[in-house]
This record gives sequence, structure tokens and C-alpha cells, in this order.
Amino acid sequence: MLDRVKKVPVHVIIAPILAVILALIVGSAFVLTVGENPLHAYKVLFQESFGSMRGFATTLQRATPLMFTGLAVAFAYRAGLFNIGAEGQVYIGAFAAAWVGFTFSNLPKLIHLPLAIVAGMLGGAIWAAVPGILKAKLGIHEVINSIMMNYIAYFLTDWLVLGPFAGSSWIPESPRVKASATLTRLMPPTRLTTAIYIALAAGLIVYLILWKTKLGYEIRAVGLNPTAAEYGGISVAKTMVIAMAISGALAGLAGMEQVLGLNNRFIQRFSPDLGFMGIAVALLGKNHPVGIVLAAILFGALQTGAAAMDRLTAVPRELITILQGVIIFFVAAEYLFSRFIKVKGEA
Amino acid sequence: MWDIIKLLLNTTVFAATLRMATPLMFTAIGGIYSERSGVVNIGLEGMMLIGAFAAVAVSYFTGSAWLGFLGAILAGALMGFIHGVASIKYRANQVVSGTAINIFAGGLTVYLQRLIFNMAGVSPAVPRINDVTIPLISKIPWIGPIIGKQNPLVYLALLTVVISHIVIFKTVWGLRLRSVGEHPRAADSVGINVYKTRYVAVTISGALAGAGGAYLSIAHLSRFVEGMTAGRGFIALAAVIFGKWNPLGALGASLFFGYADALQMRLQEIGIPTQFVQMLPYILTMIALAGFIGRAVAPKASGEPYVKEG
Repeated sequence: MLDRVKKVPVHVIIAPILAVILALIVGSAFVLTVGENPLHAYKVLFQESFGSMRGFATTLQRATPLMFTGLAVAFAYRAGLFNIGAEGQVYIGAFAAAWVGFTFSNLPKLIHLPLAIVAGMLGGAIWAAVPGILKAKLGIHEVINSIMMNYIAYFLTDWLVLGPFAGSSWIPESPRVKASATLTRLMPPTRLTTAIYIALAAGLIVYLILWKTKLGYEIRAVGLNPTAAEYGGISVAKTMVIAMAISGALAGLAGMEQVLGLNNRFIQRFSPDLGFMGIAVALLGKNHPVGIVLAAILFGALQTGAAAMDRLTAVPRELITILQGVIIFFVAAEYLFSRFIKVKGEA
Repeated sequence: MWDIIKLLLNTTVFAATLRMATPLMFTAIGGIYSERSGVVNIGLEGMMLIGAFAAVAVSYFTGSAWLGFLGAILAGALMGFIHGVASIKYRANQVVSGTAINIFAGGLTVYLQRLIFNMAGVSPAVPRINDVTIPLISKIPWIGPIIGKQNPLVYLALLTVVISHIVIFKTVWGLRLRSVGEHPRAADSVGINVYKTRYVAVTISGALAGAGGAYLSIAHLSRFVEGMTAGRGFIALAAVIFGKWNPLGALGASLFFGYADALQMRLQEIGIPTQFVQMLPYILTMIALAGFIGRAVAPKASGEPYVKEG
């Protein structure tokens, strides 16, 4: 039975840890080029992000959208689909949430906020369903179409906030969302909001869908072997489209968090590569909700500590971007570790 | 109506088309080598960006823009090789490895920019590759203003297209390259070294992406600007597909996308938002993939790591 309690293979835990350690070592070389002590730089970095409640709250805030995009990428991955289009889905979801947020007024928060959240999910779901349908119906690889749709989303939202929905400021952004559609801040002045609860709930729901429902069983079956799944009576096309749509809805939630929690409006090109970072988070978290939450917190911590490191040491904050790239690289090239640990063909 | 036709056939627009198409041509041709060998290269964008930066850095320190161009090619080749190591030797998911390179490049270039130039955003001006005027051709009416006075890299890009067409379709190595991308196992069985062919192809792809980036930084401009490739690596990827993995096709696609780019400002004047023109390459690529303008079909083994038996 697939539902049995599985023993977690050792490599599932060790490989990501090795990847992070190796990346920190590679990062040290960059730190040395500016004449700083790597240990000092990393200490400053992590002290900022974990050393105080306020710092930790910021870490969690930064981790929140990454949990959503990480879950998004992982969900599609379980169906054998690579959702590199999460970035575009973040933008469309964000705009949809913003539109509901700034268009309707005089709605009670109890209605307005959930409506805006659902709009964000719907926007992301629709955007992701397109490459899903093209894959299911015409067999076109979802990666290229997702990339193309990322750029269409950039330019579409550029146009929306420069033209029809331009706000009143000189920055290209939408009007502010009404207070009735904003998420509640948990620990002012940090911008940690109730979105963190939504993210953790999303992780739990993803777990339940994937491992406790018939749909989840079908999704994983399609991911493991579409031909066998089809023979087994599963509609592969339908499953793929549903998986992509749910994946997109999760990515849309990241956009929703940025709009209803962080910025309270849609700002042109606001995303610091949330969708692409989601790939890193999903991989590092081994496409499992628990791993994804932890990986998102790590990435959130890196981003939170970056500014302090920049300020207090000679190391430019871009070290963090380099580290993130290198981590993905090592996780991707997991086979690299095969000499030290047993690595199976899984992701 | 006449005004619109005059605008569409304007020689200044055509000259700008060639300029806008040049970085796409270099990078798309690079993408073709990689994809033809069976390695998907999503990292073109990052390789371009690193090329753009390397060109400026070398040009700054040596005072020679041509050395800068060489530096860009080498830096791009190195990134291509790294992508090769991950995806060929360590069987990494090629899309993920490419994504890693894109993120890494974004961080590395800004990091080095701050380290070397101590400036955020833009680098200081560096020596650039100057435009040349071709004596006789520049005098020909209509054609002269378009191709008579251009940057040397524009001509070099066109030459790269022609040479690559010959290499890929008329040489033994080209045949091997294509067979490795279509049927690696069959290629292996007749004694073709799949791994080596793929390494060479991916390294060439990085080198050409680096050249494309260098055009942006030391030919089109004379400085590095943060994130200056602005998605051109992905447009080049679109040109690869739109051009059906064929150098001449990619040339056509690059010219078309360059034409749209060159027309952007002018179209805005007549009320068409630039964003819609900017979307065009991506929408057309999706339409091409869906088979509405002749089905675009990728090399069969594209994206699959090859594991030698035994």
C-alpha cells in the first residue's frame, strides 16, 4: 500500500544538507576575495536572521512566499511536470488579488479578504493551466510554454499598472488595496502576516492531497509512469491539467502574500524571482511539504541576513544570490554525492 | 496608410532590426548547438549576462574592446562547460541546472560589479567596439543605410549563422552532433563519443551566448548595466524553437523579433502599447509550438541525460 508509513531514506536528508554546506564553502571563496573572514560573514548573516524575535519574524516573512512557490513547483513535479512558470503565475495571482482588493469597497473583511485570496489562487491556476492543457492535449513540453508565459505575464502586468490600472503615485503600481482586503500583521513593525498560517496550512493540504486522496494517488501515478497510469484507467491528460492548476493556485498565493500582506498594492516587477526560487526550495526540500517549509526558512534567513552582512562587513549582499544559485546547482547535480552516499534516481 | 507602409519599410528601422537581432543571433545559434546535441540550455540568459559583464571587465582592464569580446566568449564557454558537467556527467535535471546558472549569473555580475567598480547599477564607460563603414556597399541606395554602416559584431553574427549552418548540416561533426541529439544510444553504438560531443556543443553554446552578451555591453553600449540582458536569452531560446532548431530559421526568427523590437517605439506613437509588441516573440513561439505555423519538433533526446551502458 502506498499509504504505509515510509522510512525516510538517508540520502533524502543528507544530500540537501551536503548541498548547502558545499554552497557555503563555495561562498567562502567569494567572501575571501573581499578580504573578509567567511565565518564572521556567515555569523553576522545568521545572527540577523535567527538571533532575535524580530529577525526571525522577518525570516519567516521572507520564507512565506517561498513556501508557496516551493509547494507549487513540488506539486507539479509529483505529476511529472516541471513548473518553471511559477514566476508568471505569481504575477497573475498577485494582480488578480490586487484587483479584487482595490476594486471592491464597503465589503466586510470576512468577505473581502477571502475573495481576494481566492482571486489570487484563481489567477495563478488559470495561468498554469494553459501550459498544462497544451501538454495534455498536444504533448508540448510544459517548460518552454511556461517560460514564454512568464514573459507574457511580465509584460501584461506592466501594461496593466502603467495603463488601465495605474495608481496615483509616479511609481508603476496599482492603487492600494482596501484595508478590508489586507492580511493582519502578527508582529509589527515586522511585516510578518497571517499569510504564514496560510502557507503552513497549504503545506498540510498539499500533503493530504498527495498522500491521502485518490487524486493524489493518481497524480503520483502519472508522475511515476504516465503510460502505466493510463493503462490503469487514470486519465493522464485530466490529471496533468488539474496538477498544473493546483500548482498555479499555490504560486498565485505567493503573489497574493506580496500584495495583501507585504506591499498592499501591486508594484511593477515586484518579485525577487520568487517563482525561480521556488524551484530551489522544492528541490532542496525534496518535493515534500516538510522539507519545503524548512528550505524556505533557510532561503528566507539568507535574504534577511543579507542586508546586515552588507552593512556590517565588506561582503556585498549579492553573495546571497550567488549562494542560492550554487545551492540549486549542487542539489541538481546530486549525483555528485553518489561516491559518498547512495543516491537513487529520485529527483 | 501610406505612412504606415513607409514606417514599416523605413531603412532606419531595418538598420535597427539588424542591431537588435545581433545578440539574439549569437545566442540562438549557441542554443541550437546545445539542443541539437540533446542538452536543453535554459541558462542562455545567465551565460549572456556573464558574457556582458566579462566583456566590460576585460575591456576596462586591458583597454581593448576586442580582448573584452574574447573574454566574454571564454567566460560564456566556461559557464557552458559547467552546465555540461552538471547535466552530462552528473545527470542533473538540465532545466534546473540552467535555472541555477541564471540565478547565479544575476548574483555574480552584481557582486563583481560592486567589487571591481565599486558602483551599483552601472559600470563606468569602457572602450567599445566601434561601428565600421563598408566603402562600396554603404553607397548603394536603400541597402547601404541598412548594412553599409554597422558594428563589426553584426557582420560576425551573420557569419556565425552561415558557418553554423554549414557545420551542422554539411560536416561529419554536424552529423554526429545531430545523431547524438536524436539517438544517443545508436550514435554510441557506431562509435561516436556522446559525452564528448555534448561537452563540445554545450561549451560552444555558452561561448556564443557570451558573445551575444558582449554585443549588448561593449558594442551596443559601452558599459555594463545590472540585468542588462533583460530576458534576451529567453527570446533567443524562443528563436531556436521558432526557427525549428535550424540556424537559418533562427536567423529569420531573430530578425523578426529584432524588427518587432525596432518598431516598438514607433508603434507606441501610433497607439499600440510597447508591452504588446514585447509579448509578441513569446506568443508567437507558443503558437509555433502548438503547430499553427508548421509544427516545431525538438531533437528527440533533448533534455535526457545519457547513461552509457556497461
